[in-house]
Formats: sequence, C-alpha cells, structure tokens
Amino acid sequence: MFVNFTGMVEPMSDTPFVAVEGLHFVRGDKEIFRGVDMTIQRGGVTAIMGPSGSGKTTLLKLIGGQLIPEAGRVLIDGQDVHRQSRRALFTMRRRMGMLFQSGALFSDLSVFENVAFPLRVHTDLPEAMVRDLVLMKLEAVGLRGARELMPSELSGGMARRVALARAVALDPELILYDEPFVGQDPISMGVLVQLIKRLNQALGLTSIVVSHDIKETLSIADYVYVIADGRVMAHGTPKSLDVDQDPRVSQFVHGEPDGPVPFHYPAMDFVSDMLSTGDPR
Amino acid sequence: MIQRIRRLGGWGCDLLESLGRASIFLMQSAVGVPSREGLYLWVRQMHFIGVLSLAIVLVSGLFIGMVLALQGYTILVDFGAEDALGQMVALSLLRELAPVVAALLFAGRAGSALTAEIGLMKATEQLTSMEMIGVDPLRRVVAPRLWAGFVALPLLTVGFGVVGIYGGYLVGVDWLGVFEGSYWSNMQASVDFVDDVGNGILKSLVFAVVVTWIAVFQGYDLVPTSEGISRATTRTVVYSSLAVLGLDFVLTAVMFGGLA
Amino acid sequence: MKRSKTLELGVGLFMLAGILGMVFLGLRVSGMSVQAPSDTFRLEANFANIGGLKSRARVTMAGVTVGRVVAVELDTDWYDARVVLEIDGELEGQLSRDTTAAILTSGLLGEQYVGLTVGGDPESLADGDTLRDTQSALVLEELIQQFVSNMVSD
Repeated sequence: MFVNFTGMVEPMSDTPFVAVEGLHFVRGDKEIFRGVDMTIQRGGVTAIMGPSGSGKTTLLKLIGGQLIPEAGRVLIDGQDVHRQSRRALFTMRRRMGMLFQSGALFSDLSVFENVAFPLRVHTDLPEAMVRDLVLMKLEAVGLRGARELMPSELSGGMARRVALARAVALDPELILYDEPFVGQDPISMGVLVQLIKRLNQALGLTSIVVSHDIKETLSIADYVYVIADGRVMAHGTPKSLDVDQDPRVSQFVHGEPDGPVPFHYPAMDFVSDMLSTGDPR
Repeated sequence: MIQRIRRLGGWGCDLLESLGRASIFLMQSAVGVPSREGLYLWVRQMHFIGVLSLAIVLVSGLFIGMVLALQGYTILVDFGAEDALGQMVALSLLRELAPVVAALLFAGRAGSALTAEIGLMKATEQLTSMEMIGVDPLRRVVAPRLWAGFVALPLLTVGFGVVGIYGGYLVGVDWLGVFEGSYWSNMQASVDFVDDVGNGILKSLVFAVVVTWIAVFQGYDLVPTSEGISRATTRTVVYSSLAVLGLDFVLTAVMFGGLA
Repeated sequence: MKRSKTLELGVGLFMLAGILGMVFLGLRVSGMSVQAPSDTFRLEANFANIGGLKSRARVTMAGVTVGRVVAVELDTDWYDARVVLEIDGELEGQLSRDTTAAILTSGLLGEQYVGLTVGGDPESLADGDTLRDTQSALVLEELIQQFVSNMVSD
C-alpha cells in the first residue's frame, strides 16, 4: 500500500554492499521501523530521505551497529552487523566512516590531531607518514591551513569539513552522512555538496546520505529511498521520484505545506474546541 | 494503596537496574591493560582532576586547621589542657575532616566537572563518533578519568591534613601561645601511623572510588541535552555528598568504633 | 601525541607533594621512628591496677621514650593486669633484674605511661622476662578516699 512501483528502477544485479532486510525497531512505546528493506549498491551515493522524526538517524545507527534491531538484519558486504562480537564489530567499523550532524570533533584535540586520531589508534605508521596523510585529507577538504586551530575556533561548516576529513582518514569503503546540510549557509552547503560528490568519485566509496534537504540531496544522489511511518514509502532514481504520482511522495519532494502529512497536529474539531468551556485540556 | 506499593516496587526496580548498569560500567572501564597512550591520558586527567583541585583543597585545609585550633583552644584552656591542642587538631583532621571535607570539595570541584565534560562529549556525539571510529570510549575517555580520580583524592587528602595541621600550628602556637614542643610531642604521642593516618587514607580511597564513579557514570548515562547535563551535574554533587557522609559513618564505626 | 611538559611537571610535583605529605604525617605527626621494627625485645609486668593505661602508651626511662605498651590483658592467675612492653633492642642486657615499673601520668589530665627505673642487681633482664617490682597507677578517687579517711581518724 505504500510503495508506488511506477518508474522504479531495478537495482543493478550484483550483490548489494549494504542490505537491510525486514528491519523492526522499537524505542520506548514507539515503533520506529516496521519492516524496512533496502539494498545499497557499491560505489554510489544513496540518499535516505524523510520528514523529521521519521528515524533516519536511527537507521544510520542501526547500520553502524550502535543500536540493535528488534527483528531483521543489516548485512554489510555479506556480514550481519548485529551478529558480530564487540571486537569484530570494531574491526568492521574501520571500514566505515561516519559524519555526524554536529561534526562531533573531539573538543580537546586540534584539527590536525582530530584527523590523525583514527590513524594513530588503528595504525602504527611513523609520525612523518601520519603527517603526510593528515595534510592530504585536510587539503582535500580545503582546510590544510586550519590544522592548528581547535574545534571551538571553527565555524559549523568548517567543523563538518574537518569531520569529513577525519571520516575518510582510514580510506573507508562506506561512509554514512547524518544530515550533512542542516544549518549551513548557502556557500558552505554548496561546498559540502561538492565535497561529498567529489570524494565519492575520487575514493570510489559507497555513500549513504541521510537528509531532508531535497534539492541538495537529489542533486548528488544516484538512488533515493523515502521513508515515513516506519516503512519505505518510495524508492527510485531522483528523476523518477520527481514525477512520482503518489501524493505523499510528491508532497515531500516538492515541499508542500499541507497534504497527506497534515499541517495540524491531531485535535478535536476547531469550532467545538473554541466553544467548549473552561477545561484547558 | 496497592498503587503506592507498586510505585515503591517500581522505584526499587529502577534503583537496582541503575545500580547494575553502574556496576557493569565500572567493571568495563576500570579493568583494562594500561598502555603508554593510556598513561599519557591518565597524566592529563591527573592534571585536570588533581592539580587544578589543589588550590581549593589546600586553602580549605588551612582554614579548617585554624578554626579547629581556635575552637579547641577555648575549650581545652578551661581544663588547663591546652597542651593537648596538637593531639586534638591532628586526630580530628586525620581521622575525619581531611578525608570527608576533601572528598566533598572534590565532588564539587572535580566531580561536577567530570560529569559535565563527559556529558558534553555525549551530547555533541563525540562518544558515538569515537565508537564509530572503532575506539571504545570506556577505555579512551572514562578509564583515565576514573583512575586519575582514584589516585588524586587520597593525595589531596594528605595535602589537606598537612596544611590543616600547620594551620592549627599557626593559630595555636604563633597566635594563642601554646608551647611549640607540647603541640608536636602530644601529637606524636597520640597519633599512630597505621591506625590514624592509614585509616584516614583508606577512607579517602573509598571516597575517591565512590565520588569518581558517581561523577563519571552520571556523565556517561545522562540524557544528552543541555537540561540533562545540568541535572546530571547537580545529581553528581548531591549523590556523592550523601554517599561520602553515609559511608563515612559506616567506615568510622568499623575503623574507630570497635565494631570490627 | 604532543605532550605538554608543564602539564607533566605539574602532575609530577603534585604526586611528589602528596608523597612528601605522607612522609610528614609519618615522621612529624605520628612520631614514627625510622628504625627497623624487629629491633626490640619484650618484657612483661603485672600491676594491681593500671588505671587508664592503654596499648600504644609510651614506656620511658628517666623521661626518655624507650618503648611502648603492646598489650594489656587480665592475668586470671592473680586477677591483676599483665602489661606487655616492647623495649628498644639496644637496651637488651642493660636493664638489671630488679628494674621497677610504675604507671605515671603526664600532667593532671594527661595520658598515662610506664616509667622504668633501673636497680642495682648485676644480673640483667632478657626477652620475655617479667618485672616483679611494680607500682600501680594513682587513681584519683582512691587518693581522695584515703586522704578523707586519714582526716577522719586524726
């Protein structure tokens, strides 16, 4: 009942890099996911979109193995993320990078040390090589000159770029972006869009972008999943979604204020509410 | 009525659950193989927790020693026993005041800072991102802070005691005119290194574990919002003060009350 | 990782200060002597009444501290108090057999301690020997009672 199959493009036939199968997740009394299925191909930008509160960030945490689902599984390169020992999971995460909404730079380390952190804890490279690698990554995000600054001295956009450099420090195969465009001015938004696209092509990685900034996301995504009400509402290429006839999809994609997702929070009839006496409830 | 009993039961279950979580947390973070890197992180935390608390602890110690001497003198002089001032100051400081007051100051100065710092790291997703990089934040963030707390508070307690005894000396000998020789000799005759100094330090070690544990766990377990951080900071100070005073009674009863 | 030298120095000084504080508490405050603890020998003394003598009290000779009380217990053969004294090892073989022990009080309200006085016997005391000639503690109430009864009988 949710998925509109018209215009859907069949994914390429080789085995998917990330597969989400029948995912159920409950937080408190709220069912966040009620059976989500996704297949994400190697080497491309896949966008996961949906209105705020639809659990997009939760989905990333499930893929990263930080949360454990009630049912269903997440396979990365054929391995079940939630069936790993703690040690194996940590090894697996070395092949993943994640860019957090806030950047999540370590506030007690300088920009240079932040980018060097994954290299230092996971490799025994000599100091000169660590320096070269860090400067390369910082050069890629255009912040080589800011290496001595502390995270508190960076603007929001710069912090996110440093975090991006840190996320790719170990040359991961998969990179997860959590709301990379939120709260950015148009210039740094443009810079980030460029960076995500360029890094994806240059390093040949697989990117998953979670966002609700439609224009930017559709401009870089190869494939899009729209989730709402704990399910995949639609998926397809950006083009096919743009012309999707499902009212919910078109409301979201075209940003209409009212539609199947109502403007009003559920309430009793307005007139009778106004006429009722006293009781504020 | 039944509702109330059920609420009591629910409260008890919550308490047990969080105690259990806190214990697992302590086990996971305190047990680990020390490394060069870990040693460096520990030194940094010793600086933040220990060295930066030194000023407040020493100044308080000085004043407490001075007040003890002043109060003790006015009472002892009525019995012509002002020579016992050194003994009184030293015993009250070493057995009781140094461990307890230093622990309370430590909870306010270092404990709340620990909670806020770890809480902020959690709220800004630094802990999560560390996990995603493949580093265990319990090892990297929590363990050095725990161990620094365990070592720093006993050292601060010793400092508190020494400065307090000198504060008593300043007031008693230099100001009120107690004979210097009897200040020290009465003290030396009555203070036993193992029973008084040793037990005092043992107390402060217990307080160090409890206060640091509460502070770090509250920081790690809080709701990651600004409100959550401020609440957890308050909880750290309240819980650790209560725990210190309650445990102090138990420890005093066992060590000096002949209950053992 | 870059290390801050001043930070390490600060922590080093802090720990050093703590250790020095411990030494201070040991030597200056609790009056611990640095000599080896094994260098002592034990004597016993029976007293009819020890007053408020406690273990850890000083043992002196001519006012100089030469040891401490290590145990106070009831001797059920005589129903008096047996006090075990630990005396500095260098005095072993130096104290005559007829050395006397008295329980004294420092000042009117001060603590009680054991005072030893050497006699003239050529033989000397060895580890584990018992002092025969002892003088009990002065109990203030008994003194006053005696004084009052003397007054009445006069």
